[in-house]
Amino acid sequence: MRALTWQGRHDVRVETVPDPEIVNPHDAILRVTSTAICGSDLHLYDGYIPGMRAGDILGHEFMGEVIETGPESTLKKGQRVVVPFPIACGECFFCRKQQFSCCDNTNPAETSDATEFQYGYPMAGVFGYSHLTGGYAGGQAEYVRVPFSNVGPIVVPDHLEDDKVLFLSDILPTGWMAAENCEIEEGDTVAVWGCGPVGLFAIQSALLMGAHRVIAIDHYRSRLALAKQLGAEILDYREVDVREALAEMTGGIGPDAVIDAVGLEAHGISIDNILDQAKSMTFMVTDRIHVFREAVLAVRKGGRVSVPGVYGGFADKFPVGAFMEKGLTMRTGQTHVHRYLKPLLEHIEQGRIDTTFLISHHAPLEQAAEMYRNWHDDQDQFTKIVLKTEMAAPKSGQKEQQHELA
Amino acid sequence: MAEVSTGQKALIGAGVAVAVGAAGFLLARRSPDVHDDGHNVSDAPDHTWRRKTGRYEEGLVGRTVSINRPKQEVYQQWRDFTRFPTFMENVERVEDLGEGRSRWKVKAPLGSTVELVTRIVEDEPGTTIAWESDLDSEIQTSGRVEFFEQAPGRGTGVRLTLKYDPPAGLPGRAIAKILQREPNVQARRDLRRFKQLMETGEIATNASPSGRRSESPSEATI
Repeated sequence: MRALTWQGRHDVRVETVPDPEIVNPHDAILRVTSTAICGSDLHLYDGYIPGMRAGDILGHEFMGEVIETGPESTLKKGQRVVVPFPIACGECFFCRKQQFSCCDNTNPAETSDATEFQYGYPMAGVFGYSHLTGGYAGGQAEYVRVPFSNVGPIVVPDHLEDDKVLFLSDILPTGWMAAENCEIEEGDTVAVWGCGPVGLFAIQSALLMGAHRVIAIDHYRSRLALAKQLGAEILDYREVDVREALAEMTGGIGPDAVIDAVGLEAHGISIDNILDQAKSMTFMVTDRIHVFREAVLAVRKGGRVSVPGVYGGFADKFPVGAFMEKGLTMRTGQTHVHRYLKPLLEHIEQGRIDTTFLISHHAPLEQAAEMYRNWHDDQDQFTKIVLKTEMAAPKSGQKEQQHELA
Repeated sequence: MAEVSTGQKALIGAGVAVAVGAAGFLLARRSPDVHDDGHNVSDAPDHTWRRKTGRYEEGLVGRTVSINRPKQEVYQQWRDFTRFPTFMENVERVEDLGEGRSRWKVKAPLGSTVELVTRIVEDEPGTTIAWESDLDSEIQTSGRVEFFEQAPGRGTGVRLTLKYDPPAGLPGRAIAKILQREPNVQARRDLRRFKQLMETGEIATNASPSGRRSESPSEATI
């Protein structure tokens, strides 16, 4: 089959690789129909996430048709499904607590030592996201093996086209959980840093959950325009001092909740961010936490900090004094996608959530490498890229017979 | 921002690491030893005790996991030693010799294998299984697995402790050196696989396609 493989920093290629096979009883194989490039794929592209090996197939936002099932899979051939990006077993302590992205059983024993060392306990498996999270092949491919297919995938009705449901795999539930983590109350103002796909879905979700107003912060004009279209007020951080603007816009109280939908590769020219960049180049810190710091300082006293943005390693100058003295609550984590699939599918079906407004480009899988470059270099024009396997016109979509899997 | 090559970055990184390490070492040396033999108070399992305490035991490693299955069921599964190769990476085969005795074929360094015979020395159904190698085995080892109820909703606690005695002779010591280092990793990984098997009925694997010609671990990482 054809698949997008990671070869090194800023080097991804579409190559012919072996087809996936059923390995374990709960597995299923999908023929991928749509797969998106995620903002967090850029962290892999930029080489910020350790544990990548040349040849790894990327992609954790995908959907497709079931073509093969293991004996314990609950799926049926021909079903259209969307697959959550974290792999969850459904049986462990964490899955039973609905903390699916903390699953104890899906990171294979051989690959889970690294996160146990780094984070204290091993993290769950994730599709196409480095060997820290299991080294599973991702879905930016014609076919993909889905372990624990009895737990993750949601069957979607035929009348909803791919673009409407694809984002159930990651960014829609991630934006939703970010808003949920704000514990929104009547009259609340929520400030959102980053108007990428997660930020935009967080804005939509916060308003749906009853936020009085949402203030969105970015510097890409087209993304700010999308935020405005959703009903948010907007701030271009190049034009105004964000903290002062937020305080003034909220009568000196400050936003009740803040969302860092940016993560470890913050942009911007500020003293702390330049220091972080210099330090990360010399391996003294790994993550640039400019947005995180600004959000903690900007939020009102006793407010809530929600962090869907991806961080991986260590950072310094975390304003722990402000965090403690102001009595803040922070909630964060990889999204427990499984928890939100049914309610969000219902919101989509009822037309309460629009999932298509942010898609700027559709492209064949064959052009994935070019699309990664565009996604990296031109974030203003490329707000969300969806790759289509069927559009891969140059070669037929037939399964190709390749050498046996080792 | 000026371009800094990967080599230079690595050099600076290494320099910083050495400096931090040296500072840490000096600070650690300055602190007095507060652990006094005979005055140990911690309620922790034996294998977690620090080297300088009276409770420390050389060559003892251990690991505890929680398994979302009834105690008796987990015990039953472990009681059949011939199933060990399904979740123990280093165990190639276990043969039941009857009366609690088993012959193990265990992977050793450099592609060789070691055989040993163990006998069960303690068997409390649903609670404890302990085994020891025969005195004439190539390596001396003993193991103990305990099963216990945990707080509500936390399933069964399974604690595996292993003890290796260094065998005599130079080659034996070389093997032992690796075996002393490995049991920790092995106990950790074997218990993870056992937990996966008990809770989900399968052992998680990332076996799936890649653009690599082989799965040699020496390939590029960042």
